[in-house]
Amino acid sequence: MLASSSSKLSHATLVHRYPPSKLHSEEEMSDTVFSSDENEMNYKCENVARKDDENLQCEEFEETPLYAAILTYLSYAILCLFGWLRDFLRNSNIEKKRGAVDPNATLGFVPLYQSYESFYTRNMYTRVRDIFNRPIASVPGAQFELTERVSDDYNWTYRYTGKTINAINLGSYNYLGFAEKSGPCATDAINALKTYGVSSCNTRIELGMFQRTQRYHVELEQLLANFLHVESSIAFGMGFATNALNIPAVASKGDLILSDEMNHISLILGMRLSGASYRTFAHNDMKDLEAKLRAAIVHGHPRTQRPWKKIIIVVEGVYSMEGSICRLPELIALKKKYKAYLYMDEAHSVGAMGKNGRGIVDYFGVDANDVDILMGTFTKSFGSAGGYIAGKKSLIDHIRVNSHSNTYASSMSAPVVQQIISSLRLLKRPEGQKRICQLADNTRYFRQKLVDMGFIVYGNKNSPVVPMLIYMPARVTRFNREMLRRGIAVVTVGFPATKLLDARVRFCISAAHTRQMLDTALTAIDEIGTDISLRYSTRHKSRRLREL
Amino acid sequence: MGSPANHDNVASLATDFYSLLESFKETPFYHLLFEIFLVLTVLWLILFRKPRRIEKKLTEKEKQELIDEWQPEPLVPPVDANHPALNVRVLDGIVGKTIEIDGKKSLNFATFNFLNFVGNPRITDKAIQAVQKYGVGSCGPRGFYGTIDIHLELEERLAHFFNCEEGIIYSYGFSTVASIIPAYSKRNDILFVDEGVHYAIQKGVEASRSTVKWFRHNDISDLERLLVEQDIHDKKNPKKARTLRRFLIIEGLYMNYGDLCPLPRMVELKYQYKYRIFMDESVSFGTIGQTGRGVTEYYNIDRRKIDLISSSLEYSVGSIGGFAVGSSFVVDHQRLSAQGYCFSASLPPLLAAAAIEALNIMEEEDTTLCDTLMEKSKRLHQKLLDIKGYLIVGEDISPLKHLRLTNSQNTVARLEEIVEFAQTRGITITVARYLNDEHRLPEPSIRLILNVEMTDEELEFLCTVLQEARVKVTV
Repeated sequence: MLASSSSKLSHATLVHRYPPSKLHSEEEMSDTVFSSDENEMNYKCENVARKDDENLQCEEFEETPLYAAILTYLSYAILCLFGWLRDFLRNSNIEKKRGAVDPNATLGFVPLYQSYESFYTRNMYTRVRDIFNRPIASVPGAQFELTERVSDDYNWTYRYTGKTINAINLGSYNYLGFAEKSGPCATDAINALKTYGVSSCNTRIELGMFQRTQRYHVELEQLLANFLHVESSIAFGMGFATNALNIPAVASKGDLILSDEMNHISLILGMRLSGASYRTFAHNDMKDLEAKLRAAIVHGHPRTQRPWKKIIIVVEGVYSMEGSICRLPELIALKKKYKAYLYMDEAHSVGAMGKNGRGIVDYFGVDANDVDILMGTFTKSFGSAGGYIAGKKSLIDHIRVNSHSNTYASSMSAPVVQQIISSLRLLKRPEGQKRICQLADNTRYFRQKLVDMGFIVYGNKNSPVVPMLIYMPARVTRFNREMLRRGIAVVTVGFPATKLLDARVRFCISAAHTRQMLDTALTAIDEIGTDISLRYSTRHKSRRLREL
Repeated sequence: MGSPANHDNVASLATDFYSLLESFKETPFYHLLFEIFLVLTVLWLILFRKPRRIEKKLTEKEKQELIDEWQPEPLVPPVDANHPALNVRVLDGIVGKTIEIDGKKSLNFATFNFLNFVGNPRITDKAIQAVQKYGVGSCGPRGFYGTIDIHLELEERLAHFFNCEEGIIYSYGFSTVASIIPAYSKRNDILFVDEGVHYAIQKGVEASRSTVKWFRHNDISDLERLLVEQDIHDKKNPKKARTLRRFLIIEGLYMNYGDLCPLPRMVELKYQYKYRIFMDESVSFGTIGQTGRGVTEYYNIDRRKIDLISSSLEYSVGSIGGFAVGSSFVVDHQRLSAQGYCFSASLPPLLAAAAIEALNIMEEEDTTLCDTLMEKSKRLHQKLLDIKGYLIVGEDISPLKHLRLTNSQNTVARLEEIVEFAQTRGITITVARYLNDEHRLPEPSIRLILNVEMTDEELEFLCTVLQEARVKVTV
């Protein structure tokens, strides 16, 4: 397992090492502030031109250092040992059993959960439960209020003290800073509420003769199609459901789906429900994909030897756990060469990437019509909820007729749709452009500083998702708690969301973050990183922030 | 008799055999070993070796030819341009008790607005306050700062409303039950599912990859037959049976048929055959029972006997989303293993605020909303029975009824003509739409939904229009 993990991670397309002075000399923007509450943006976007001369696909995935891997496995082994010990104590009634008990346990019912499934929950997850599911009490903007909760019994139950903690938000998906409680988008949403009410309690195609759909829905779909430079689009109420319920409309038995191994679980659920066969290819590895494509076309279905009806390649724009960006130009070349279809999930990239915020298509400057099915969500960059699919009119018509969401699920709520429409309109104006620039700058600044300090950071240097590796479960917990103590809220993820070895902290940069907030965060990371030795990188020298 | 010749033959044979044996003794050992090895090899070749499949070793040129020749199907097949989903007209304004279509007002019997909360000013005010405090979106899944205190409040209120230990909310009604079922039921577990369940449940059942046993809609004897069969099967292999979980998936009030499930008998069978009950009360929440607490209230059954009740916030409550209530033991598991909860953004706070206010209205001391709704449903049912030529499917207390034409005249085309005629007279109704891959496609019908604020005159008017429509259409 050790060898395989290092071989998977050792590829790096092009490692650009920025000499630190280059960044600092161009830094003229440190004083301007992007205010999330007011709407004045006096920031001038100066760094757009820089993107064109650098390699857009520069990604780095440094190998796991050997000692970190060993220590991580050791940590899990020790945790398991203690878990068994505690289970033994609980079962022999030396320790009190906490947690809920099955009311049907004594009546001869088959146990609802396997004991090994809940082993992890009881013995590992519960001990560190306080770092997840933290409730907030304000708008999830660049700074927010966390409700303070304490536990008197090691995280089995919580007690809310009634106070709130003010913290810098590096965890919410708020890339363009549209999570606002005042401003043009919020005002529009309130007006929509007054005009249309909260919801309309019907599905999109069941309202009498000549199915009637709300005007704002149609407006949203047209606006979105214009924004993305495609023929047509359709919007749904939930991003997860958009993938899970519409892939079956496009793929069916007899098709082959080639999906990246790091794809989101909604895509995998959609592929399973569709009945098509699916295979994974190594993350962002175009050679592996090409080999699999060739093998698929030549050999056909493994059992019947019949040729596949069609082949669909499913990738994501920005991968939310890795921070990498899919190689779109190469994918389009491959897809054209082998006559496959391309499905791109731009949940994290629409709005956040590209000069005009159009996503990866804009980032690489390719034609949006080359991607057969563009999918995205409104939760991350538009501060709303829902998902969409965009593409040619024939595709969208087919989805309208055959989609589960269209026929059975409720239509979207008016204020939610209005927020998306307002934010889309805003993106076309200079204010929107400023947000996009600010996000790009914040991302590059933050990433560069982390890398220079000697931390292992995965992914493309332009992606607003910044995963920093921590490896050991105890360090992950300590990092999270220490950051909160310093007033910064971060998201740490471990097994099973990531591989066993690769526990990490994932920062989500927002256009609403000011340079000051980022500096505060970097100082805290610097201190904690020194405290608990998080500087694993062997490619970049370890340095303190004050030395940079 | 030639026996001396025979004797001679036998004797010579014996001598030959003897000399053979003698020669064996004289041969070197390695020679014997070699011979035995050859014999064994021949035996192995004859008996045990499988014929090797001749592998197709294609040359690069041949592979390239295959790749060049291969033509995929088009991404999507052509669609019928006349399908209703493609011929959509635009509507403006609140879709409440009345809708304005093309400038004319019509009574709305088509949307799931049972308690007329759409456009309710109290609810709208609370939603506006939520936007002013939290913005619109929640910007994250529940695990990563997407849990807003208003979600926790809504979960507590729902649990309190149903007198259960814990509640959990989802951001989309369809995904609620479709995520819940796979969270508990895995491969090899057994699901007993009613054939009339709606599509979301069917998808949940499919996603779970469990063994599914469908029983005829609301047919208890068919369910018992399946249970007995399973019991016999279990007795043959009791060790395996102890690891297989069993679940009964039913709805409180069926959306596709408008009838109630025979819950008391199902609860009895639960304790006899040891399965757990997951009941979906999307339609019966807020509409059935004295105070709208659903089928368990109507039948007066202890809610603790139902393992999990899932429902939707999109029908009576007039918001968006879904929820589940039950004991902590059952519900808490979903927080880590229900996909639609863990991997999806949480419900926008304004929708949660709207749901809380709707619950406030439902729980008010002097409210008779649900009672009134049941009464009106009964009256409407009576009136509809008086019209000749229609088949009314559904319980009398159900606010959701399916209308079919009698005999073979029941086609989608005729029903659509009725709908069109009704629209010209100022009544909006709808034909129930389904996808073709439903497990058991219900017969074409018009789905009538009663709004609690409808007056008796308006119900009379509806019946009059339906009568006229039928006459016009079947002439």
